[in-house]
Amino acid sequence: MKKIIVENLKYKYPDTDQLALNDVSFEVEEGEVIGIVGQNSAGKSSLCLALTGLIPHFFNGAYGGKVLIDGIEVKTSTITDLSQKAGLVFDNPFTQMTASKYTVYDEIAFGLENIGVSREEMIERVDWSLKMMGIENIKDKNPFDLSGGQMQRVAIASVIAMRPEILVLDEPTSQLDPQASEEVFRVIQQLSQEGITIVIAEHKMEKLACFTDRILLLYEGKQIDFDTPQKVFSRDDLHDYGVVPPIFTTYCKAMGMKNKNNNTYPVTLTEVSSLLGGENNE
Amino acid sequence: MNEIKVENISFSYTDGQPVLSNIDVHFRQESTAIIGQNGAGKTTFVKLLKGLLKPATGNIYVNGMNTQEYTVAQLASQIGLVFQNPNDQIFKHTVIEEVMFGPKNIGQSTEEARQNGLLALEKMGIVHEADKNPYDLSLSDRKLVSIASILAMKPPIIIFDEPTMGQDYLGKERLKKIMKDLRAEGVLVLSIIHDMDFVAETFERTIVMNQGKIVLDGPTREVFSHEQLIRDVYLELPHATQLGKQLGLKQTFLTVDELINFNRKKQ
Repeated sequence: MKKIIVENLKYKYPDTDQLALNDVSFEVEEGEVIGIVGQNSAGKSSLCLALTGLIPHFFNGAYGGKVLIDGIEVKTSTITDLSQKAGLVFDNPFTQMTASKYTVYDEIAFGLENIGVSREEMIERVDWSLKMMGIENIKDKNPFDLSGGQMQRVAIASVIAMRPEILVLDEPTSQLDPQASEEVFRVIQQLSQEGITIVIAEHKMEKLACFTDRILLLYEGKQIDFDTPQKVFSRDDLHDYGVVPPIFTTYCKAMGMKNKNNNTYPVTLTEVSSLLGGENNE
Repeated sequence: MNEIKVENISFSYTDGQPVLSNIDVHFRQESTAIIGQNGAGKTTFVKLLKGLLKPATGNIYVNGMNTQEYTVAQLASQIGLVFQNPNDQIFKHTVIEEVMFGPKNIGQSTEEARQNGLLALEKMGIVHEADKNPYDLSLSDRKLVSIASILAMKPPIIIFDEPTMGQDYLGKERLKKIMKDLRAEGVLVLSIIHDMDFVAETFERTIVMNQGKIVLDGPTREVFSHEQLIRDVYLELPHATQLGKQLGLKQTFLTVDELINFNRKKQ
């Protein structure tokens, strides 16, 4: 089933001349993990906002085309209705904190309080989120006393507690150490296996290559490509769009190591080694 | 020559919960990356270097000035710190006022401050945003504003806290160049950073922190040759280093270009 349908989406912020999103069209199946890549100001954050209704309902501006989230049209719906379908993790976790709660535990419960979840279920969901994000040890801390990395994990926890069917994350690991980033991607993988559809804007290409089904490449608001990581990262013109492929792909391109089955270059370390293993066996 | 001498310092926010213990290290010349998992004490450490916090025991000398004996204002012309979160640093209504604030406070004339501010914005590639409100910019551009406002002060020592946060490929390349240029000009550059590829490509020396202690300190290539130790402190090797190992090579490679050149020569 199609969880996200975007048709000829165009959008311009108020008081600007350029389209932030210019004719973007793609469809996402239930449980898929989609990576959005592109240089800064390519439209990645705007697309995240458009999938969760903040564009156009909060930001206003000029809007054309259509976005359907689980069958609901964003333009004719409300942020309140959409918030129960699609959750958004902001790029700056500071923005996500409500500043109305004194503990991490209550912060994560905030969204649930607003949709009238029962006390028992609320406790169960908050505990689950804390565990998923590995932050049980800071549950009694004030959200504003946390480090950037801890706050980023609280921000993600507060959104997954809502159990959205669609989870949109805008650079969720920008302040995390390598291990914590890896853990966030593992959580994403686990959630997608449970059927949650995930869209993630990221600059960490090596991670996207490992964990996403398809990559949406944006440039100046335009959709350049929407295909498997292997296909997108094998493009010769990637550099023109301000994107570099994973280091593994760069190496294989330089050394002419192509996977002959699908005519693409490896994008992960595992793919490199299986390609090498295959050659050794020949 | 610019230097920071850290003599056996300890620090805690709450009694009985040491954040940093027995740190003894000397920074001079070499650009240095400070790496470690979240909560290792990296940000606390650089706040101590900058004089924003004072060590509980031990002393820190910034170009000979003991941070215990000087105010942050007195130290400001010697050492600049770019905060991790630009929102904690930025408060003026326009980008140009923001980048002129620091320079004016350490005694630059308005004209000097404007020139240095504009030059710094140009280096960061955001000079066209000079008259905008910083809060109308994206988070990644605001980060560049916070960096420019420190560059404009021209301190002989600059510390960055997560400079690549939210930066795309071109942004990272620009930062890499700025840090290398600063190094060439004799500025002492230190940076907390989670991006191991950026560490490998940019810094001469790397310090690994774990649970408030320095567990590894040396030339970057040497540090990344300790695979097990790096994993034990919840970090990972740069991708090029991982690839080199996967290819069965014994040396520690830091960049993909090194690997490509090495294997081309071999062929």
